[in-house]
Amino acid sequence: MTLAGATRNEMLLSLSNIVKSYQTAEGGIEILRGVDLDLAAAESVALAGESGSGKSTLLHLAGGLDRPDSGIILMNGQDVGALDDSGRARYRRREVGLVFQQFNLIPSLNVAANISFHAKLAGRFDVDWERELVDRLGLGDLLTRYPEQLSGGQQQRVAIGRTLAARPPLVLADEPTGNLDEATGDAVLDLMLSLSRSAGSALLLVTHSTRLAGKLDRKVFLRGGKIVP
Amino acid sequence: MIWAAFLALLSHWRHRPLQLVTLIIGITLATALWSGVQAINAEARASYARAASILDQNGLPQLLPKNGDTIPMAVYAKLRRAGWSVSPVIEGDYRFGPFRVRLIGIEPLTMPIENRIFAPSDSSELVDFISKKGLLVVSPATAARLKDVAGMPLKIYEDIPDDAAFTDIGAADRLLNRKGSLSRIVMATGQRPDLPALETVAPELISQSADDRPDMARLTDSFHLNLTAFGFLAFVVGLFIVYSATGLSFQQRRATFRTLRSLGVSLQSMTAMLLVEIMLFALISGVLGVLIGYFLASALLPGVAATLRGLYGASVPGSLSFRPEWWLAGMAMALAGTALSSFQSLWRVRRMPILAAAQPRAWAGMSAITLRLQALAGAILFGISVFLAFAGSGLASGFGVLGALLLASAFLLPAFLSRSLRFAEGRSSDALAVWFWADTRLQLPGLSLALMALLLSLAVNIGVGTMVSSFRLTFLGWLDQRLVAELYVTARDEAEAARLREWLPKHSDAVLPIWSVEGNVLGDRLQIFGVADHPTYRDHWPLLNGLPDVWNRVAQGDGALVNEQLWRVKGVQPGQTISLSDGWTVTVVGIYSDYGNPKGQAIVGLDALVQHYPNLAKLRYGIRIDPALAPDLKLQILREFGLPESNVIDQASLKRQSQAVFEQTFAVTGALNVLTLAVAGFAMFASLLTLSGIRLPQLAPVWAMGVRRRDLALLEIARTLALWCATFIAAIPVGLALAWVLLAIVNVEAFGWRLPMMIFPADWLWLGAVAFVASVLSVLLPVMRLATVNPADLLRVFANER
Ligand SMILES: Nc1ncnc2c1ncn2[C@@H]1O[C@H](COP(=O)(O)OP(=O)(O)OP(=O)(O)O)[C@@H](O)[C@H]1O
Ligand SMILES: [Mg+2]
Repeated sequence: MTLAGATRNEMLLSLSNIVKSYQTAEGGIEILRGVDLDLAAAESVALAGESGSGKSTLLHLAGGLDRPDSGIILMNGQDVGALDDSGRARYRRREVGLVFQQFNLIPSLNVAANISFHAKLAGRFDVDWERELVDRLGLGDLLTRYPEQLSGGQQQRVAIGRTLAARPPLVLADEPTGNLDEATGDAVLDLMLSLSRSAGSALLLVTHSTRLAGKLDRKVFLRGGKIVP
Repeated sequence: MIWAAFLALLSHWRHRPLQLVTLIIGITLATALWSGVQAINAEARASYARAASILDQNGLPQLLPKNGDTIPMAVYAKLRRAGWSVSPVIEGDYRFGPFRVRLIGIEPLTMPIENRIFAPSDSSELVDFISKKGLLVVSPATAARLKDVAGMPLKIYEDIPDDAAFTDIGAADRLLNRKGSLSRIVMATGQRPDLPALETVAPELISQSADDRPDMARLTDSFHLNLTAFGFLAFVVGLFIVYSATGLSFQQRRATFRTLRSLGVSLQSMTAMLLVEIMLFALISGVLGVLIGYFLASALLPGVAATLRGLYGASVPGSLSFRPEWWLAGMAMALAGTALSSFQSLWRVRRMPILAAAQPRAWAGMSAITLRLQALAGAILFGISVFLAFAGSGLASGFGVLGALLLASAFLLPAFLSRSLRFAEGRSSDALAVWFWADTRLQLPGLSLALMALLLSLAVNIGVGTMVSSFRLTFLGWLDQRLVAELYVTARDEAEAARLREWLPKHSDAVLPIWSVEGNVLGDRLQIFGVADHPTYRDHWPLLNGLPDVWNRVAQGDGALVNEQLWRVKGVQPGQTISLSDGWTVTVVGIYSDYGNPKGQAIVGLDALVQHYPNLAKLRYGIRIDPALAPDLKLQILREFGLPESNVIDQASLKRQSQAVFEQTFAVTGALNVLTLAVAGFAMFASLLTLSGIRLPQLAPVWAMGVRRRDLALLEIARTLALWCATFIAAIPVGLALAWVLLAIVNVEAFGWRLPMMIFPADWLWLGAVAFVASVLSVLLPVMRLATVNPADLLRVFANER
């Protein structure tokens, strides 16, 4: 990390000096106060921090869902913050995959359609890879069901399948196991780790659990609006 | 505490003014259309009742001839001598220049007290009434029309229906040329008990009590039922708007409800507060609705009056009187309807546990089972409709067919749409397209009621439009056949008519007398026309069918033509003999169409008519002449005879007049059509607005996966258009079926004519264009909200704490 200039260009994702504040009735509150974070390709990083520290906010910025007030977000050397609305939509479509605590499946589509949805949007639909995903996620019997007919663990497996089917260079997961019991959570996370390795995706995962964080390559904290090791 | 809680509940509306406006408009529209239609019906019914009691002395038992249509004066004299308390009446249609009025001649001295509408206030008025000069007692409107042409003094009485005139029996006898024969005899209610029986004094008469007589109210029932159906449809659609608006407002306030409950507001008082809130809105919008309904009714009533006059010969005033009971009924409907449509939401609030997690759920869920049940109900109703169409008879069954057909199509619609969307989904391979169709299907439950309303109003538009257009085309063609004479002249009296008969043949190609009498045929009073033997009739008259040699037999005097009404309603067949008056029987040799006429009619040879009715009025003539010369001839007649302009009418302006009457007849239907479509469009708007409030969680994941807000908004528009389009396509066969039922069943039962059905696809295009604009309008606001939604709102969907 000392050779910042040299390594930065090889980084997949590179956040530098990110500042983000929200306007509230009492005035602006600064949530992120100069975040620096780098992620190499295929690297998995756990992001921890107190509730309200801004973890989700950071993920949303990295995912191109929102814009920072200042700072630079580089993805493969490209400045995400400078993209317009359409540019960020393309970025979300092709470069990142998001997994949420609430799963956020598309209620009108069945499991099979949900899984292939993002891959097709990204133009990276691959039947064999998808079949492998379905097998390894154990979703073979559920393909024709609708999200409302699934348990939480099943829904999260579908959400993971949907994200990884598109083989995004970067997967952003916001407490994906927060809504699941411990055993299910562990199993889902293991799957996610091994599958994102197979897909060659980097992973930035928000979690409160030190135990889960230990399974990843690296672990960082968000505290006082900055990343601390 | 309660007050503070109430204010907290009400504060919801301050943040959502649009929702409030939707709710108010929903109740207002429902009330306005319903009460407007009711006002029209009430006004018309009141006027029938008035007309019946005044014109026909309907409250009193009457004596009528068993055979024929007149009672000799001697029979009346016999009854009086025998001690009966009776009074004679002579009545008939009489033409003052261009205006036809119902002339009712009464004897003021013997007319039973209970039926004296106008009591001559003093002896001088009585003297005027029975004087040789005569006096016509008429309504203000009739007086205005007759003042230049009556040639008799007029006296105005408010209570008399328009187009009717009371006069002394002597004057009526003179004008109608009755030579002392009476139309009917009115009996006082309290007759002496020791009277000799009617059979012994006057066996040629039968007595009829008030209930035996068909009255206007019964004849026009179908028309009013029609209006009521329109009003009810609009009312239901309006209530649906209320239902969705209250549902949404309750849904969005669940958190507030919970907080209030946990702060110690009891379930009872909270329900009561919500009820008060709803009723407050209902009250305000009810008043608005009744007011708008009143103006609506005032605007439509002249058209309704024209329809009733044209189709049924019923006279209804063109202005609305103010009825408190109708106000109350309108308000009651507003309150009851609002209560009904918010019942479900209130019920849910009562059953809502304090602690349950707030889960945003569609306000109107519908499972696959509901869909299947609906489709089943639709199929059954459709079966009933088909069965009634072929096995039923009578007007009630005709309306049964209509009602079942409309309900069936409404019930079948969601299943049809769901199928179509599933099909489109299966046919798409693009991920976004698959999602588009699947997501549209997800919206169906929330939109299905609005779409049903849309289907019904579109189908009614197409159906009624097809009927009216078919009618118009047939009517215009028929008018061309009927109105062939270049000029129509009406003399003011018989002496002038005699001079015209001298003068006209020398100045024209042919003179065709248009003479008629009223006769009793097959138990009904109808007009009998005499026609000259002339190619004008042979070549042009619109015969539906006839025996060979029709016109020769009519000219010889032993054959008669009857109109379609007699044929269909009374079952008169060609070849059958009918009696036209005492001892005059003829063979029916043909049937002709006679649109727009409420009554039966017969045509006989002119000579035969004059032979049986030597004293008939011989005032009207049609004149054949080279059309280029007609204007000159008209001027010449006006100059030569000093006739008023309105007594000489050329063909073109007569056609124009007839067409104007026709157009006015259907103006009301057109207006109601547009109004129901507008209400349906508004219902769609309300539903879309409601849905847009709960749509973010469905759209946010798609947005997160890289679809722009702008594209999502465009897809929303496309979604609405697709649904409108599918509904419109479904509405076409339903509308055509409706038109068929109207033309082939309802019209035949109600009026006695059957019109050929013609199809006007250009009209559908026009309707489709209107629907398209309405659909874009209905979705515009919800979509604009979506296109400009703050990303923070979308992100909140993904926020962990929910
Ligand atoms: N749209 C917004 N407007 C105003 N404040 C916001 C908004 N979104 C988030 N915040 C605030 O920003 C802070 C950080 O929120 P964020 O969701 O990023 O926290 P988090 O670290 O993910 O917390 P948790 O572990 O509970 O999920 C919080 O204090 C939150 O209240
Ligand atoms: Mg969070």
